Amino acid sequence: MSIGADTRAATGRSPHLARRRLPAAEPYFYLAPGIALVAIVMLVPLAVGVSFSFQNYVIFRPSARGWIGIANYVDLWSDRTFWLALRNTARWTFWSVAFQLFLGLGLALILNRPFFGRPIFQSLVFLPWAVPTFLSGLNWQWLYNPIVSPLPGWLAAVGILDEPRNILSDPDLALYGPITAMIWWGIPFFAITLLAALRSIPQDLYEAAAIDGASTWQSFRHITVPFLLPMITITIMLRTVWVANSPDLIFVMTGGGPASSSQILPNYVFTTAYRALDFGYASALATVLMVLLVIYSVFLLFVRGRLGQ
Amino acid sequence: MSVVTGAGLWLIRLAYLAFALFPLFWLVRIALTPDALLYSEGTTLWPSEMTFANFAYVLEQSPFPTFFTNTVIVSLGTAAIVTVLAAGVGYAFSRFQFAGKRAVMVFLVITQLFPLVMVITPLYQLLAPLGLVNTRVGLVIVFTAFNLPFAAFLMHSFFEGIPRELEQAAMIDGCTRFQALIRIILPLMLPGIGATLGFVFTAAWSELLFSLMLISSEDLKTFAVGLLSFVGRSGVDWGQMMAAATLALIPPAIFFTLIQRYLVGGLTAGAVKA
Repeated sequence: MSIGADTRAATGRSPHLARRRLPAAEPYFYLAPGIALVAIVMLVPLAVGVSFSFQNYVIFRPSARGWIGIANYVDLWSDRTFWLALRNTARWTFWSVAFQLFLGLGLALILNRPFFGRPIFQSLVFLPWAVPTFLSGLNWQWLYNPIVSPLPGWLAAVGILDEPRNILSDPDLALYGPITAMIWWGIPFFAITLLAALRSIPQDLYEAAAIDGASTWQSFRHITVPFLLPMITITIMLRTVWVANSPDLIFVMTGGGPASSSQILPNYVFTTAYRALDFGYASALATVLMVLLVIYSVFLLFVRGRLGQ
Repeated sequence: MSVVTGAGLWLIRLAYLAFALFPLFWLVRIALTPDALLYSEGTTLWPSEMTFANFAYVLEQSPFPTFFTNTVIVSLGTAAIVTVLAAGVGYAFSRFQFAGKRAVMVFLVITQLFPLVMVITPLYQLLAPLGLVNTRVGLVIVFTAFNLPFAAFLMHSFFEGIPRELEQAAMIDGCTRFQALIRIILPLMLPGIGATLGFVFTAAWSELLFSLMLISSEDLKTFAVGLLSFVGRSGVDWGQMMAAATLALIPPAIFFTLIQRYLVGGLTAGAVKA
């Protein structure tokens, strides 16, 4: 429905012809500059990138460049680093997002009730989100270094580590370093979106529930949760995709090591493209990651659609 | 509420606060520690002496002021352009029904799905013939495109929070739609505009990979790249590095602290309407 039509009906004035014709084109006028830029800078390189994955494209062998069909994808199948990186991507994303969700939800619930000093508290607990990602990585890299930080000592004291050592140089534990940094950095984003969703729940629902004798838990279960679910699913989707695609923290903290033990797919793509200079294979890796994320997102949006009914 | 649950709540609040702030506290603590005491005093919570020598070194004898200026230029430029373009997209989503609306929205969601590492090389090949590689303008263009989809989503939510009746009334009084947008809606959108500016500024300030790949000149490098090359050098000087990190943190921290409550407010308004 066009608002322009309402206006004319309400005033009975006859607008200029030019203005009457505008509404059809008008939204595109507002939309075009932004969408055009995104299409050129993101979509065109994406298409080119996907096309690389069907080519033999190794920088130091320019004469061998050419179309090779799905050979790069066939190579993936027997590439052990790929499977390791895929498992690591799942671990990295799952633990990061799960903890961000629960801690972020907890924080949103805390911030939704008034208490002494809440405005200051809120700006302080949201601070990690303002820290540049690479800096969070460096910061946590330093925190895990027993020479300059008490953290390894504390971890040993509570029994998580056998001695105050650096988990980033332990192949079994290295990935948990960047995971902690990611959780630390990402909690505020969940808290912000979920706090906004909490505030939009009509308060009279809780009053009505209280009059009907509902307990706090029942109110939470039957009012808060259903209202939050759409926002929770959309935030989980966005964060999952961002986290799964984000190489910065691992790049800075472990470089994927020791010995590929903390390698996730985006980092493996980066290494393949800029160390091995094999753009074809790197693009095949990236395309697989993208396809998996598209499937995941479609599934989540489908679930969200079902929840809305 | 009983005293026990009250105390329990405060314990939880303090735990959140400690988790959020301890890493940053430690950054500043090392930056303020004199080199001589760094190893001898171990990891005590506060050194027996404080020094600003590390900050002085970073500001006066390292290329950090240049990195700093570059990052400010690139981040502010990106934030300003993204906000204007995203306002257009958000306004169109919020106030119009038009053919292809759903397709455009889906397109914006899809842009969030693909790995950035994939587009670096094609992007380089796209920008190189235009002379945009190794320029700040090139970085701003790339950052703008990559930050726009989420900013448009934010702006959409902020516009949803502003009653349509306001611009309808203005149009009845003879304003064109564009005049109504500029004179009536935008002033009400200031918190939303501020929140989007701050959000994008923070994101642009963080960006590492594109800066790493697109910028090669020392005098055009941004903070992320500069700090990493600092770390890469042999013989890490912890104090100087953390002083540099602390300085890098100040602008986005101030910006984000100022706008965070508008971010919550704007998203709330959008959620009510949606």
